[in-house]
Amino acid sequence: MVARTALKRPRGPICGRRSLFTVTSPPMTDAPHTPRRPASPVSCAKPAANTSAAMAPLSLPTPDGSPAAYPMTSSKTNASAPSHVKQQVRGEEHMAHDAAIAPLPSSAFTPKRRRVVQGLGTSMAALSLGGLATQTAEAASSEQSPAATAHHQEAGTSTRFFTAAEFAFLTAACERLFPEDDMGPGATMLGVPDFIEGQMNTPWGRGEKWFMSGPHRTGPDNLGYQLPYSPRQIYRIGIAGTQAWVRQQHNAPFESLPPTTQDAILTALEHNATQFDALPASAFFEQLRSDTIEGAFADPTHGGNRHMGGWKMMGFPGARADYMDWVDRYETPYPYGPVSISGETG
Amino acid sequence: MAEKTLPPVDAVVVGAGWAGSIMAKELCEAGLSVVMLERGGRRSTAKDGAYPASIDELEGATRYKLFQNPAQTTVTVRNRLDQEALPYRRLAAFLPGEGVGGAGLHWTGVHFRAMPQDLRLRSHITERYGKTFIPDGMNLQDYGVTYEELEPFFDRAEKVFGTSGEAYTVDGKVVGKGNPFAPDRSDDFPLPPLRDVYTAHLFRKAATEAGFHPYAMPAANASHPYTNPYGAQMGPCNFCGYCSDYACYMYAKASPNVNILPALRQHANFTLRSNAHVLKVLLDSTGKKATGVVYQDAEGNHITQPAGLVILAAFQFHNVHLMLLSGIGKPYDPHSNSGTVGRNFTYQNITNTTVLMPPTRSTDQFIGSAGGVAIDDFNCDNFDHGPLGFIGGSPLWVNQAGVKPIGGAKATFPGAPRWGSAWKKQAVDTYRHAFTINAQGSNMAYRDVYLDLDPTWTNVYGQPLLRMTFDWKDNDIRMNRHVVSKLDGVVKALGARDVHYSMREPGKPFDVRDYQTTHLCGGAVMGDDPNTSALNRYLQSWDVPNVFVVGANAFPQGMGYNPTGLVAALAYWSAHHIRTQWLKGNGGPLVTP
Repeated sequence: MVARTALKRPRGPICGRRSLFTVTSPPMTDAPHTPRRPASPVSCAKPAANTSAAMAPLSLPTPDGSPAAYPMTSSKTNASAPSHVKQQVRGEEHMAHDAAIAPLPSSAFTPKRRRVVQGLGTSMAALSLGGLATQTAEAASSEQSPAATAHHQEAGTSTRFFTAAEFAFLTAACERLFPEDDMGPGATMLGVPDFIEGQMNTPWGRGEKWFMSGPHRTGPDNLGYQLPYSPRQIYRIGIAGTQAWVRQQHNAPFESLPPTTQDAILTALEHNATQFDALPASAFFEQLRSDTIEGAFADPTHGGNRHMGGWKMMGFPGARADYMDWVDRYETPYPYGPVSISGETG
Repeated sequence: MAEKTLPPVDAVVVGAGWAGSIMAKELCEAGLSVVMLERGGRRSTAKDGAYPASIDELEGATRYKLFQNPAQTTVTVRNRLDQEALPYRRLAAFLPGEGVGGAGLHWTGVHFRAMPQDLRLRSHITERYGKTFIPDGMNLQDYGVTYEELEPFFDRAEKVFGTSGEAYTVDGKVVGKGNPFAPDRSDDFPLPPLRDVYTAHLFRKAATEAGFHPYAMPAANASHPYTNPYGAQMGPCNFCGYCSDYACYMYAKASPNVNILPALRQHANFTLRSNAHVLKVLLDSTGKKATGVVYQDAEGNHITQPAGLVILAAFQFHNVHLMLLSGIGKPYDPHSNSGTVGRNFTYQNITNTTVLMPPTRSTDQFIGSAGGVAIDDFNCDNFDHGPLGFIGGSPLWVNQAGVKPIGGAKATFPGAPRWGSAWKKQAVDTYRHAFTINAQGSNMAYRDVYLDLDPTWTNVYGQPLLRMTFDWKDNDIRMNRHVVSKLDGVVKALGARDVHYSMREPGKPFDVRDYQTTHLCGGAVMGDDPNTSALNRYLQSWDVPNVFVVGANAFPQGMGYNPTGLVAALAYWSAHHIRTQWLKGNGGPLVTP
C-alpha cells in the first residue's frame, strides 16, 4: 500500500519528458528502470500556429509513384533508444519475437475459387461482361494480370501491384470518397492511392491475416465475410468488374467521367447494384471506403496522410501520446498540432 | 516433422497471459518445476511498446499486430441450431490475444472485482424474486464461490496489478467517494484513482444532476509510479490514449509482461516456451488422469511434454476447445441440456451511445486511459427487477481509452452519409465534439447457446474449429433497452446538441462484423454440481482431477463488469487451493460430488 500523502504528482515540463521514477532497489521490469519513454523524435510541443513551417524530411513514395519501403520506424528513431533498451531486446526473451507466420499455401483455396467462378458463369453472362469472369479469375489466381506485368516492366519495378489503368481508377474513386473541399485535402493530395498500393504488399494485402481456408459458403450477412478473396483479389476483380460495368453504361472509363456520374456509380456499388465474379459490388466498395479512410488517417509512415493533412483536419495530435498536463484543463481545448512517428510536426 | 518426448516436469501451464502467468508464479513459489507454453511469439513492452513506433493506429488497432491471426486458427459462428456455422474469417466482433502476455499485453486495463450477487446469481434471484422469475431455457447458475471467499484474492490481484481506484468502504467503514454499490473491501486500492478526462468529468457532473452515483472506474493503469509485491515497477499513466490494442509504452498499464514475468523469470524452476501451440492434453488409459500435453513447435515438430499437473490457462474459448479436443469432460448437448463442456457460453451485452456536445468545446477524445467515470445504479441487482421481468444489468460509463482518427472516422450513424464531403464534415464534427457512453451489460446463459466442435472447417493444425452457437435473447435485449433509456436524464443534464442512442434491437441477430467486446465467457464453468459445471469451485476438472482450467471460461454467465479482475482473483484462489490442499493430497478431486 502506497501512502497517499506521498503521491502528489510532481509537475513536469510541458514537453512531456519526465523522470518520475524513484528507483531505490534493483529494478525488476522487462525494461529500463530509468525513464520508460525512450527519447522520442517529438520535439517540445509548440502551439500549432507556430510550427506549421517546421517540416521535417518525409519518407514519401518516390515521384513516379512507386511504393516506398514503409518502415515501422526510421533508423533515426531506433537509434534514439537508450542502450539498455537495446540490450534488453537482444535478450533471450525477445529473440523469437517476430517469428514469421507461415502463409497458407495458395493451393488451399485456389481450386475452390475456380469452382466458384465457374458456378457464377450464368450470372456473369447476364451482366454481359463476356469473358471477364474467366479473365479476372485467372488474374486473381496469379495476382498479376498480363497488363500488370507489362506495366511493371515499363516502370522498372517488380513490386508494384496496381497497373497504371487500375491506379487511375483507384485515384479517381478515392478522391470521390474523400474529396478535396473546404474541410481539407482530398485523397489524392493525402497520398491515399499510394497508401493502398503499399498495403497490397503486406501480409494483410495478401490475405495472410484472414482465415482463407475453404470451403467458401454463403450465409447471412451478419455471419461476416465469406469470400475466397484476399484484399489484392478484391481490388483486381473489383476494379476490372467496375470498369467493364461502367464502360457498358457510359462507354468510357470511370476516371474520365464527371464527378456527379462517378458519385452515382459509387453509390450504386455501395448499394450492391451488381456483382463481379463472386464479389458483390458492395464488398468491393466497403474495402475501398475502409482503405481510403485508413490512408487518410494512418501515420504518414505508411504512405498516406501526407504532411498529416488528415490529422490536422480531424484535430488529432498524432504520435504526441502524452497528455499528462492536459487531462484536467477542462476549460482549455488541447492546443497543439500533430507530430508523426518520423518526427514531422504540423 | 519430428516427434519428440521431453523429460517430465511437475506442471505444465498452457498460455502465457494473465491466468497462466499467475498460476506459473504461484506454482514456482511452491517449488514445482513449471513449463509454460505459449502458442504465439515472445513479446515485451520494451519491443512491442517502444515509442514512437507503437503509436501507430494502422498497425495496432487496424491490422491487429498483437492479436491472434485467424489464418492459423479461428472459430465458426452461427446464431441458431438449425443454421450452418460459418468461419470467423476476419477479426472484428471480438479480438483474442496471442503471444507472451496474451490479451493482458493489449487490454485496456479496466479492473473490477465481481458483485457478490453475480457470484451466486441463481440463489440470489430465487431468494429475492422466486424461482419462477427465471425464464425457461435460461441456465442460470452460481459460481460455487462467494465474494467473501474471493476477497483476499481480489485484493492480491489489485496489488499485483497496481490498480488505481477509489474505495467506498474498507472493513465496513466509509472511506471515500467510491461506488456505493460496491462490496466491502479489506484494504483500499493500492493507488488513488486516475484523474477524470474532460468527457468523464462532464459525465460525472451530469450523472450527479440526474440523481445517480458516479464513481471513478478502477483501472490497472498506475496513477503514480508503483512497485508491486513482486518488485515489478510501473510508470505513471500519461493518458496517451493508446490503451486498448497496444502495449503501454509508459509501463503504466498492468500486463503479465510488466507485472509478473520479470519476477517469474527469476525462478530457476521456470521455463517459458513460445511458438508452442498445444494440440491436446494427453490422458492415461483410464481417461481420468492427464499425463502431459503435446504441442507443435515453430518448426512443425510435435513435442510431448509429460507433466503431473496440467493448467489450461489459454483464452476462454481455447480452453474449451482444448477440453473438447482432449476428451476432458462430457461435451454439452443442447437438445438434452446435458454434458458440461461447451455449456453456458456467454458474451457481454454492450451498446455505445454517442453524445454530440456544442461546437464551442472540443471533447479531446484522443486523451485517454482505462479510467473514467461509471454509475452502477442499473448494474447487477442494484435496482428492483420485480416489475421489469428480466435478470441482469449494466454499468453505464465514459471509459475514454483514446479515440484515434481511423476508428473515429469509420464509425457513422445510421442513415448518415458514409463518404464524400458531407461525411467528411460530419466525421470531423463528431471527432472533435462527441463522446461515447457505454452500456456494458450482463449476458445470461441459455440452453441453446453453447460451444462445440465444427463439423466442416479445420485449422492449420488439421483440427476441427470450435463452433459458437450464439444469439441475443429477449431477457438481455430488454435489459439493455431499459438501462440505456435511463441515460435520458444524463443527456439532458449534459446540454448535448444531439444524441445517438444505441440499443439492442429485437430480432437483430448477433453480428460478427462489428467490434463489440472480447469479453467472451463460459463454456467450461465452475460450480457445485458436476451435472451443470465442468469444473468444481477450485477450477479443477470434475473428470480429470490433475487438470485445472483457469479463465473466463469458468463464469457461469456474463456480468456487466470486465472479466479480467475476476479471472485474476480466481487464478489466485485456485492456485492457493492447489498449494495448500491438492499438492498435499493424493492428486485426487478437491471436492467430492
